[in-house]
Parts: sequence; C-alpha cells; structure tokens
Amino acid sequence: MPWLTLIGLIPLVGAAVIWLLQTARPADAYVDDLDEDDPAPDPGLVAAAEAAVAARARIVALVTSLITLGVAVVMAAQFDRGKAGEYQFQEKLHWIPQFGVSYALGVDGIALTMVLLSVILVPICVLAGWNEVPGRRAAHFFALTLVLETFMIGVFAARDVFLFYVFFEAMLIPVYFLIGLFGGPNRRYAAVKFLLYSLLGGLVMLVAVIALYFQGKGGPDGFLITSLTGLHFSSTLTQRLLFLGFFFAFAVKAPMWPVHTWLPDAAAEAPAGVAVLLVGVLDKVGTFGMITLCLPLFPDASRWAIPVVLVLAVISVLYGALLAIGQTDLKRLIAYTSISHFGFIVLGIFAMTSYGQSGSVLYMVNHGFSTAALFLVAGMLIARRGSAQIADYGGLQRVTPVLAGAFLVAGMSSLALPGLSSFISEFLVLVGTFTRYPVYAVVATVGIILAAVYILLTYQRMFTGPARDFSAGWRDLNAREVWVMAPLVAVIIALGFYPAPVLDVLNPAVSRTMDQVHVTDPGPTVAVQPAAEGTNP
Amino acid sequence: MSAFQAAGGFIAPTVDYAAVSPMLIVFGAALVAVLVEAFVPRAYRFTTQVGVALVGVVAALCAVAALAYRNEPLQTAGVRAAGRAFAGAVVVDGVTLFLQGSVLGLSVLAVLTMAERAVESGGAFTAQAAAVPGSPAEERSIRAGLVTSEVFPLLLFSVGGMLLFPAANDLLTMFVALEVLSLPLYLMCGLARRRRLLSQEAALKYFLLGAFSSAFFLFGAAMLYGFAGSVQLTDIAAAIAGSGDRAAVINQDGLLLLGAGLVLIGLLFKVSAAPFHSWTPDVYQGAPTPVTGFMAACTKVAAFGALLRVAYVALPSARWDWQPVLWGIAILTMAVGSVIAIVQTDVKRMLAYSSIAHAGFLLTGIIAMDKQGIGAVLFYLLAYGFATIGAFAVVTLVRDAGPEGVVGGEATHLSQWAGLGRRHPWIAGIFTLFLLAFAGIPLTSGFMGKYAVFSAAVHGGAWILALVGVLASAIAAFFYVRVIVLMYFSEPAEASSAAVVALPGTATTFAVVVAALVTVLLGVVPSPVLDLAGQASAFLP
Repeated sequence: MPWLTLIGLIPLVGAAVIWLLQTARPADAYVDDLDEDDPAPDPGLVAAAEAAVAARARIVALVTSLITLGVAVVMAAQFDRGKAGEYQFQEKLHWIPQFGVSYALGVDGIALTMVLLSVILVPICVLAGWNEVPGRRAAHFFALTLVLETFMIGVFAARDVFLFYVFFEAMLIPVYFLIGLFGGPNRRYAAVKFLLYSLLGGLVMLVAVIALYFQGKGGPDGFLITSLTGLHFSSTLTQRLLFLGFFFAFAVKAPMWPVHTWLPDAAAEAPAGVAVLLVGVLDKVGTFGMITLCLPLFPDASRWAIPVVLVLAVISVLYGALLAIGQTDLKRLIAYTSISHFGFIVLGIFAMTSYGQSGSVLYMVNHGFSTAALFLVAGMLIARRGSAQIADYGGLQRVTPVLAGAFLVAGMSSLALPGLSSFISEFLVLVGTFTRYPVYAVVATVGIILAAVYILLTYQRMFTGPARDFSAGWRDLNAREVWVMAPLVAVIIALGFYPAPVLDVLNPAVSRTMDQVHVTDPGPTVAVQPAAEGTNP
Repeated sequence: MSAFQAAGGFIAPTVDYAAVSPMLIVFGAALVAVLVEAFVPRAYRFTTQVGVALVGVVAALCAVAALAYRNEPLQTAGVRAAGRAFAGAVVVDGVTLFLQGSVLGLSVLAVLTMAERAVESGGAFTAQAAAVPGSPAEERSIRAGLVTSEVFPLLLFSVGGMLLFPAANDLLTMFVALEVLSLPLYLMCGLARRRRLLSQEAALKYFLLGAFSSAFFLFGAAMLYGFAGSVQLTDIAAAIAGSGDRAAVINQDGLLLLGAGLVLIGLLFKVSAAPFHSWTPDVYQGAPTPVTGFMAACTKVAAFGALLRVAYVALPSARWDWQPVLWGIAILTMAVGSVIAIVQTDVKRMLAYSSIAHAGFLLTGIIAMDKQGIGAVLFYLLAYGFATIGAFAVVTLVRDAGPEGVVGGEATHLSQWAGLGRRHPWIAGIFTLFLLAFAGIPLTSGFMGKYAVFSAAVHGGAWILALVGVLASAIAAFFYVRVIVLMYFSEPAEASSAAVVALPGTATTFAVVVAALVTVLLGVVPSPVLDLAGQASAFLP
C-alpha cells in the first residue's frame, strides 16, 4: 500500500474540495464586477452566503487534516522500529528518467518523526485559525494550508534529491500567499523578503543539485539518495563547494545567523497558525536537510566544515537569545527564541556524536511543539487585545489563569525546564557536544540562562501584577482554544517524562548517519582530546 | 558543348516535396489569404481570413507531425549532386521538425488571440493602417467600422519564414528566411488600434534596427563565403576544420572571425541578447499585444533554432573563438534583462526585459555545446513560448475602465493591476501561473526548462555560467513576485484607474487555457516532451 502517497494526497484532495465548494456560490448572492448595472445584491444575503462558505471550508479542512493524521498514525503503527535506520514504506516510480529523477518516497526514523510532527500540527493550526479569516477568503486560507501540508509531507518523505528540491521550493508558494494575503500590517514586505531569501538559497542549492548528479553514476536512478551516497568526488574542492551549496540553502531555511533576518519579519506578520507551521515545520526542513542530506552525501566536506558551522551555531544561540530579550513584540520575540534553538539543533548535528544528533532530532520535534504552543498562545492574546506589543499587556494571570498557565508550560518547555520535553533534547545536545567540543558546549550553555531571562521576564510583564483596565470582561480560553492547547501541553509533558519511544525510532537512523560520515562517538577516556577523530578523513 | 555544360550542366534539383510540405502549406495559405484580401467581400473577409490562417497553420502542424512520425531524419530539399549554390539548402532533421512544430503550435494560439473581437469590436488592430493617427481619415474609418484583416496573410508569411529559418542549411537561405519572417513583423507592429503613434514608432524602430542587423548578417555571410568559398554551413565547418576544398585558405582567420562575429550579431539581435537588445522593450510595448505575444514566442523559437544550427553545424570547430564571447554575452544578457526589469512600470516592458533575461538563460544551453544542450534549448523554447503567448494574451484582457461600461485600452501600467487578484481571481491566478513559470518555480514548465539548460551548462563545464544564471533568476524572481504582490496583496491607489478584466471570447479563452495547461503539464510530466526533444536533438550536416 502506498502509504506515503496516500498521506500526501489526502490534504491535496481536501484543498480541491474546499476550492470547489467556494466556487459554487448560491445564485442569489452572486456578485460580479462585470455586472455592475445589475441591482446590488442584498448585503445580508451575501454575508450569510460568505459565512456559509467559510464554515464549510473550516469543517472540510479540519476533517481532512484529522483523516491525514489518522492514516499517518496507522502507518506509524506498522513502522518496524527494529529497522528504523532503513527506509520503509518505499515507493519508486520513474518520473523524469531523462534527468535521472524518480518519484521515490520512503521514511526512516527521522523522516517518520518529522512527518508525524507535521500531520499533528496541521489540525491544531486549522483549529487555531478557525476565525482568523472571515468570509469567502477563509476558503483560500484553509486550501493553502492543506496544500502546504502535502508539500511538507513530500519534502520529508522524498528519497530522491531532485524530488526533495521540488518540494523544498514548491513549499514556498503557499507560505508566501498565506503570509501575503492573511498577515499583519507589514505582510507585503515580510512575504517578499521570505520568498526572496528562500529562493536565493534554493537556487544556489539547485546548481549544487545539478553538479551533484554529474558526480554520481547518472542513469535514470541517478538522483536517488542511495545512488548519491558514498560517491568519490572528482576533487576535494568539488565536494566542499557542493556541500556549501546545500548548506547555504539549509542555513537560510533553518535559519542560522547571519542569514536569519527574514524569520522575525515573516513570523511576526504571519497569522499565528501559519507562524506555527513556518517555524515549527518548515524551518525544520533546513536542519532535516543538514542531517539527512549534507552529512551522508558529503561526509568529508561536512567534517571539514565543522569548526565554522559550530561557531555559527553558537553565535545563533547567543544572538537569538540576546535579541529575544530586547524585543517588544511578542511574535518577534518567539521568532528570535527559535533562532537560538536552531543554533542548538545545528550544534548537536555537527558535534558528530550520537548523543548530539539524537538530541538534535528530538529537539526538532520538541521545538515544534513548544514553539507551536507559544505562537498559538500569542495568537489568542493578540486576538483579544489586538496588539502584539508586550507592553500593552499586564496582570493577565488573575483574569485568564488558564491562558497564563498554557503560556507558562510552553515557555518553561522552551527554556528547557526538566520534566518538560525540551529539557531532554537540550541536555543530549549539550552532553553530545561536550564530549568532543567542550568549549562550544560551555558557551552554548549560556543560552539556557538567557532563555530563562527572556521567558520569565515576558511572563512577568504580561501576566503578573495587578489586573489592568483593558482586560475587563476578558474571557479565559473557550472550548476551541482548549482543544488547540490541550494536545500540545499533553505532548510537551509526555515527551518530557518519557521520550523513549521517539528516541528508539530516532537512534538507529542517527547511528546510520554517523556511519555514513565515518565518525564514531568518542569514548569517555578520549573526551579530553577532542577533534582528534573529527578532523581525520 | 558550352562551358556551362562542360562544368556539369544544369541539373534540376530533385526536391523532396514531402519534407518541405509544412513550409509549402503555410506559404500556399499565405498566397490564398492575399487573394482573399483582394476578392472576398468585406462582410465575409475577416472570418475567411481567420479560417484560412487556422487551416493553414493546423495543416502544416499535421504535416510536421506526419514527418516526425515517418522518422526518417535526413530530408534535404535540394540535392547534393546539383550545383553547389543550390545543394542542401534546406535540411529537415529532428531539430528542424521540433522547432517547426513549436512555431506552428504557438502560431495557432497567436492566430486565435489576434482573431479576438469580443473584447472590443474590430479587435486589437487599427481600422485602416494607412490612415494617419488622429486624422479625420482615421476618424472616418473607425466610424465606418472597418476591420483590418491583412494581419493574417502577414502572419502566415512570417510563420513561413520562421519555418524556413531553423531549417536553412546555407547562409543565403537563412538570410532569405530572416527577411521573410521579419518584414511582415515590422508591418504588424505598426497596426495597433490604440496608441497609434507608439505603435508606429515601434514599427519604424524595429524596421531600422532590424535592417541594420540584417545587413550585419549579410556582410558576415559574405566574409564567411570569402573564407570557405561556400555559403553552405557544412562547407564552412569543413573549411574551419581544414579538411574542405578550400583548406588552403584556412590561414585567413581574420575573415572567419569577422564573418562569424557579424553573422552571430545578426542572429543575437533577433533573439534580443544584450547588447543588441535595445529595440525589444520599445517594440514589445508599442506593438499590438497579440502581435507582441506572437513575436516574443515564435521569433525567439525560430531565431534560436538558426543560432543553434550556425553554432553546432557551421562553427563547432571554431568554438574556442566564439564560446568566450558568447559567455560574456550570456552573462550580460541575463544581468541586463533581470536588473533593468526591476524598475519597469509597464507590464509589457517588464515582459520584454524578462524575455531578454530568458534569452540569456537559453544562451547558456547553447554554450554547453553538446547533445544535451540542444535538447535543453528545444525544451526551454517550447516551455517559454507557451508561457509567453499566454501571458500576453492575459495582458490583452486587462483593460482601462472606460466610460459607461465600455472597456478602454489595455491597462499596461503596473499600478493599475493592483488588487486584480481580489476582483478577478481567475485571470490573476492564471497570470500568476505564467509569472511563476518565468521565475522557474518547481511544478511549472519554467523550472524544468531552467533545470535542463543549467544542467547542460554544468555538464559542459560551464558551472560558473549556471551559477550566474541562478543568481539572475533570483533577481528576476523579485520583479515577477512584485507583480504578484500587486495583484494579490495591494489595493489600487485610486479606484478610478484600476484595471477591469474584459470578458474574453472563445478564441482568447482557448488560447489562455491551452497555454496554462501546457505550462502545468510540462512542469509536472515533462518526460514525454523531454524524450521528444532528446530524440530530436541531432543535427544533420
């Protein structure tokens, strides 16, 4: 059974249904610019028809995303955890044999986890965006979200470099429209900046993708990841240039300092649900690409690049955290915390230890959930107050205790409080880094302290103190919002206490990657002589 | 026995009529159209002309398909044994057939957009071409409801030239084809119904500069004749390689370099490569939009076909001389096209600069100098042609809001496109698709085309050119995206200047829908066409 194609196809069908439903409008509410001579239709009827379109679109979107989630869970149940290091549920068709491109799908432990992260977050975001867009435009909003889901599943499941690239680039278009059509006041600037940054990264990667094909053995299967691993490159320089081409695209995507500047704008202007998918899933494609493409395809060049990448990662950790402290806009603050967290993830990947890499991949999942919770709470606050400025809030703890609690759980997870999910991943990353690069690990630890500052300070400003006038008459979370937050909080706590099921799935895939890069964990005794293994080819 | 007979006498060339049948059909239809213009009563003339043009083009397309199906590549229309000036003047090989098929397929859509009269009665063309703009004579002709129908015979002659251009196997035939395709185009540029002065200026500019470039081409052909003693492309190649009849004169490198340079200038002018591009924006802006679409799509296909043939058949051995020059021209073209397009405020000028940038991308495929490069250029031309003709067809529909619900002229100023996505989601959506294809976003034909040419360039060792190409693509993406931002994310500054979309007739609707379908299909399932282009990508000497 082609599970992955099925999971990818369901949202696309849902999007088509929504789109068809919105074109079939009731005749008495028909509005067309060309028929301006006609008597204007009754505005009440139009509004009712538009509301009906929006309602249908929401229901279809929610049902579709839940079906997708269900099918994905059924698939995951059949995943052979003993062989999590191998690609499972494989599908392969020749797509463009002239270019060596196959439609090849398959998931290993890492990819399966990311697919699950995506399909869990989409229904939550649909629910969170329930009343985000009024009227007929709601149909566009939900259709685009579902199209985005298809591309996200595709990019994680692709087992062919060209196919990966196609999804990687195609993903930009729905996000671009979601930000540009439904974002905040500065949405045009943010959407264009996002698209241009991503396109530039992607196009540089395209040259590397082309050149990589000619380094391989070619043929109609030439773009399969399996055909391209373990290549003998024509020169060391070639391998390094190709690595840089891929890494640049992923660093823009992740995003790392200094190519991060699009993220705060995009995340701040996007509607909360879109920001969740953007930061929670899309950006993970960057780090996902580093661990599943950069390392296995260019093992020597990856080891060559370690020093620079680690420095950039540590700068990202500290820079993101410091700028987060200075933000006055809640969503920008969360975006900068994410830059800091992505620094940790990259640090763990390029520390080249199995602790570090397992921690990083687990971090990708945990960060997805905790940032999603933060963005969604922010969205709920903004929906009530109509402002994203932290200074406009205060004393909410007394008025909306559940909302405050949800923010606190998400925030505590973000600053890696033990018992909440991010703690374990951050701990693994730091331990993994310390065994080989103790200095970087120590410096990065400062990021945790800064995280405590930005989360607790924000909580203090927004939620503590006496209740203020503006919040009079505010209601706490309604049923829909509880349904949005409850799964996230549950997952955050569950993974905080018992991450073993996820780690069991990730570890075999991580150790396969370690083999492909020809690195082994430093034993406890060699921890004091770092980098000895890392620099040998 | 006269000296003439002693030299072998005159042997009438046996012509393979089947191989040249597409051209014969189109030229035949053009002649019929001239007669129609003269003898058919005015009431039926327009309809008859559209019918003749469509039948001619479609029949020629069928002939091309039959030839391709016959799968006998070598069809020389002129026979080697006959006098050298005549022999092998036309070669119908895979490349020729693919390009002729592309030109004819695009021409069908071009005829349909030109035949559109639902948007404004009388269509896009002036009522009476001879009337001075703004004169009483013009007033009278408009009031009389005159309709220009001579545009169709002109189109057919031009298409005929375009079929011959990439098939020409000697420089003189190529020159004749160049003139046959260009002269009707110069006229068609001046036929716009609205903004007559701009249109006439465009025609004059195109004619003058085109005449210069033709002169360059002819002068270059003469130089190459001096070098090789023949205008046949294969003889020139042999002379360069030092193995032909005139091997003795191969030390005359000056003649070769000058000749090749001048011939290439003539061709690069036609494909609008920088620095020979300056006519493009003015002509694209001034010409009636359906003509612009035809010109942008079909001329580019034909001219790149000729450029391919000259580069691959005549000058392959001299490539160390011309490849570096083309490198420079390709980089300059990509840079000029994509950078200057950013500051354009007129949608037709923007598309003109975009077409210049695309010429640069296509040149990278030619520089690759291998079989893969030929296939890539063929595929790119087809993909680009359909997106272009579709985009210009959409431009014909976006109009000024005239008084009392009558549509005005085309709303080409970009600010008028603001908010179009809200008001006319279909038209804006389809135009967005074409823009994304131009920008090379995956799952559109543009991406596959770009991938093909850059892949050929990297394979040919020109990865730096591919890198410049992707950087130019990123710059180009900026102005395509800007239009999308305008259409979807902005509201018009003043409601009165906002464009409205005229309800298209069947002809334009068909053309736009076909162009959009091809754009999507070539992006999602490019394999069959790539196969076709790959099989076609072998030149016959």
